[in-house]
Amino acid sequence: MGMRKVAVVGAGMTKFVRRAQETAKELTWEAAHMALDSCEMTMDDIEAVCFGTAPDAFDGVHLNGEYVSDGAGAWRKPYMRSYVGGGTGVFVPIQGWYHIASGLFDVVMVVAEEKMSSYYPHAQAAFLTIFDHTTERPLKPNLLWIFAMEMNRYMTTYGLTKADIAQVAVQHKRNAANHPCALLGDANITLDDILKSEVLAWPVQRFDVSPVSDGAVAVILAAEHVAKRITDKPVWIEGVGWHLDTTFWTNRDLAYPRYVEYAARMAYDMAGIKEPRKQINIAEPYDPFDYKALHHLEGLQLADRGKAAELYSDGTASLTGNMPICPSGGLLGVGNPIAAAGLMKIAELFWQLRGEAGARQVPGQPLHGLAQAWGDLMQVGTVVIMGR
Amino acid sequence: MTAKIKEFPGISLSEQDFADGKILFNFDKLNGIYAWDTGVGIGSYLASLKNGVILGSRCNTCRKIVVPPRVVCEQCYRPMDEYVPLQDTGTVNTFSLCYVTWDVKRITDPQIPAVIEIDGASPLHGIMHMLGEVDPQAVKIGMRVKAVWKPAEERQGSVNDILYFKPIEED
Repeated sequence: MGMRKVAVVGAGMTKFVRRAQETAKELTWEAAHMALDSCEMTMDDIEAVCFGTAPDAFDGVHLNGEYVSDGAGAWRKPYMRSYVGGGTGVFVPIQGWYHIASGLFDVVMVVAEEKMSSYYPHAQAAFLTIFDHTTERPLKPNLLWIFAMEMNRYMTTYGLTKADIAQVAVQHKRNAANHPCALLGDANITLDDILKSEVLAWPVQRFDVSPVSDGAVAVILAAEHVAKRITDKPVWIEGVGWHLDTTFWTNRDLAYPRYVEYAARMAYDMAGIKEPRKQINIAEPYDPFDYKALHHLEGLQLADRGKAAELYSDGTASLTGNMPICPSGGLLGVGNPIAAAGLMKIAELFWQLRGEAGARQVPGQPLHGLAQAWGDLMQVGTVVIMGR
Repeated sequence: MTAKIKEFPGISLSEQDFADGKILFNFDKLNGIYAWDTGVGIGSYLASLKNGVILGSRCNTCRKIVVPPRVVCEQCYRPMDEYVPLQDTGTVNTFSLCYVTWDVKRITDPQIPAVIEIDGASPLHGIMHMLGEVDPQAVKIGMRVKAVWKPAEERQGSVNDILYFKPIEED
């Protein structure tokens, strides 16, 4: 297709915390300069910056991309912020990818940041404007409704139990115990802990949900000829895909994320992945809620419909299984600073595929990994496939 | 690389640090007041609700009947052909028992938001509304429900002209 190969050559991130002392700009700077240091680059080497952050409402700052730009290293550079809700963290590296694949730039820095704690009393309320102002908001909805209803439809359609789904939270939070940046890692958490946590909006309970967090992540992308000069272990972006479904979410099949399927098919085609269940060695599906990881694995064609929970019960999804899922700990374990959480998954694949993930390292020298995020009004899927 | 890095940046604060005045902060309230005109499609929907009718719209190309009605079929990307009055009955597609209000207050009697597939619309086409006059533990997906309307003289052309949907017995 005449597109150039693009590699990830460096990555950095801050801790994910419930409330950071650092501002959005400061968090962004910390992650960005760590990513630069990791591949021995400076801002002089960076030709353009792609920035991702979720709704301006969290920060109470209009044009938040421009506001944070000094922390993101954007001064006097081509700079663009992308925003597709929760899908942003995996869309912003796609934006960086086409900056380079097109031949426009050779080296691009991709940064994603979220500072959710500024919103009072709780960032949940900043999401309320995703509901239609005329047909839905007069019902006084809260954000949990939409997830609770989708989860219920998913469970009921396939006859799944709460315990089937809670396995996801257990495993991700246990994995996160080995992530130095994690907010909710817990090596000893049990199924009972999840099932006995406070019921917020049945079937959603407290531990089914990822935490509000502050944090930032950055990666450096380079064209092939530059990447090979910088490192012996470039990790290639082999396929990208994104797709949108209707904003009329009550006119949609809530049990199956068709938009994730189409995004995945676009990425698999580009990457030449014919049999994803055999060829994808690590999957980092988006997991802001435990059922969402399952929902997404099915959309990604990594499990049959209604069968993703079996990957957890039969051990396939574990760190030493055939297809480890969210070895990072995911959003449920590491935390969910929206845009940064998606990019954390890209950073995780970078470290895993290079064999640098420390205690979380997946054995067997994995070849291909997949990261996925999802957002807007539960309607956008973004997918990146990486390999070495 | 994560294996090589010992210390990651990021300083964690707690709510107590704010209460104790250990850190400086600036508190402010933003003012956002809007008057959204309802537009053509949703305007027709609301005007119809005022008359006690749930309105959909039909596309003759894909033959879908959607609800709420809109002026363009997003699938065919052509104008919708006509408005269609639907029934005020339907089937619970999904629901939640919610113990937290929109402003994160805990409540003991749950709110019951639901997606209700409206009779007369295409399969899986519904609206979000509330369920009422029902034991929360008895609500099931697939349950048949009917709208409970405000008295005609109190209706304002709003989704709240329907108070909630309640279960119905059918033969």
